[in-house]
Amino acid sequence: MKLTLRIWRQAGPAEPGRMVAYEVPDANPDMSFLELLDVLNERLTLEGEDPVTFDHDCREGICGSCGVVINGQAHGPRALTTTCQLHVRSFSDGDVIDIEPWRSVAFGVLKDLMVDRSGLDRIIQAGGYISAPTGSAPEAHSTPVPKPIADSAFDNATCIGCGACVAACPNGSAMLFTSAKVAHLNSLPQGAPERASRVLNLVEAMDAEGFGGCTNTGECTNACPKGIPMDSIATLNREYLRASLGRK
Amino acid sequence: MAVTGLLMLLFLIVHMLGNLKIFFGRTDFDHYAHWLRTIGNPVLHESWYLWIQRFVLVVAVVLHAVSAYQLSRRDLKARPTKYSHHQRAKAGYATHIMRYGGITLALFIVYHILDFTTLTLNRHGVDGAAYDNIVSSFSVWWVTAIYIAAMICLGLHIQHGFWSAAQTLGYNRPSRDRAFKGAATGLAVLLTVGFLIVPVSVLAGLVD
Ligand code: HEM
Ligand code: SF4
Ligand code: FES
Repeated sequence: MKLTLRIWRQAGPAEPGRMVAYEVPDANPDMSFLELLDVLNERLTLEGEDPVTFDHDCREGICGSCGVVINGQAHGPRALTTTCQLHVRSFSDGDVIDIEPWRSVAFGVLKDLMVDRSGLDRIIQAGGYISAPTGSAPEAHSTPVPKPIADSAFDNATCIGCGACVAACPNGSAMLFTSAKVAHLNSLPQGAPERASRVLNLVEAMDAEGFGGCTNTGECTNACPKGIPMDSIATLNREYLRASLGRK
Repeated sequence: MAVTGLLMLLFLIVHMLGNLKIFFGRTDFDHYAHWLRTIGNPVLHESWYLWIQRFVLVVAVVLHAVSAYQLSRRDLKARPTKYSHHQRAKAGYATHIMRYGGITLALFIVYHILDFTTLTLNRHGVDGAAYDNIVSSFSVWWVTAIYIAAMICLGLHIQHGFWSAAQTLGYNRPSRDRAFKGAATGLAVLLTVGFLIVPVSVLAGLVD
């Protein structure tokens, strides 16, 4: 397959950037999207050019580091699929593919397609945890959790912190990411001790990072590779109201 | 946004239903319009209730507009760079048009008050003659056109707004999502059609 990649090139955080076109004449349909970039980078390296910087780690859809915007869609055209799990066969011979970094004031571009997502880590530090004794794991059956609650908590726990929700949101809001933590931890008995402080601290940290406000556009859910639903946002708002009103 | 929006929505439902009294004829309608000034009598003095309601609504509109302004500024600041490849939005037109629709509604509210409350722009313009004032405005095609455009904006605003308020206030849940979306569309259609029946009937000569 012959593909043309138009990639955002930017030498450093304060440098100006621009889209640069590269031909990849020998793309294999069975490659992953990141392998496509690897092939391009090998050639650029041999030619003495600066290879395209992009974030990646697990390449199996669980670490959340590989996100880029492909043809205006966070993680590309396939639903519930991270960039690393996307295959070249999702495109057609001769396609021109635009590849850009996540855009949000809270995610500065570090180089090319790599952005600084540490704002999400600081949100987690503010409340995305439970207080539990370390050491041996407790007996699982000592704290019963009803099945529907366990399922919904688990669904929200699948968030990989990739930031696609922020990238897709026209307001650059991190509401879906933050709401996944609230919907996960606040619904479980293990998260109960910090139930009120968690949601207040998470929202405060989210606002402090410069993320935008949520207007319920739903672009986040649409882009999310893990399908975190909009009702997690309603849960965050419900928990926030409850905590602000001081109800236990 | 949600609380002030829902307050205005409640008013609009009552307002729309009241307007439909025009189909019972001049005497009935003018009597209804007069009655609005006497609500709360004799505990409250003439028109006091009306002024309290006006005050609450103005506060709601102003708070709603101020929050919309602050929210929009924050959101534009959080996402100043557009993608060079146009983003294909999943959100519908109603969601997309909230800001411009809201501004259109603000302008419309001013025009509407000048038309029927202060009667400044009204062609008939006789205090107390609500029926004839209405007929005089809507007999002009472009006045009716303005109302049609504004009520379509209103319907779109409510279609996203009502569901969005259910999200914001934390009432939405997976089991209720369809009901809230349905209610939002239902309310939007009800208000748009309910409000527009009157001007369209006047223009069509069914009410004169
Ligand atoms: C003064 C004129 C108005 C302006 C400038 C305005 C603007 C806005 C804006 C910018 C939003 C948030 C945007 C979004 O969620 O995407 C909004 C939300 C909303 N508006 Fe308005 N609007 C106006 C009038 C009205 C009226 C007359 C109603 C009555 C039905 C209304 C009901 C709502 C509701 C229910 C919401 C959703 C609130 C939420 O999500 O918490 N608005 N408006
Ligand atoms: S909510 Fe979805 S899109 Fe947002 S960070 Fe988590 S996995 Fe990524
Ligand atoms: S590289 Fe880990 S999710 Fe894509």
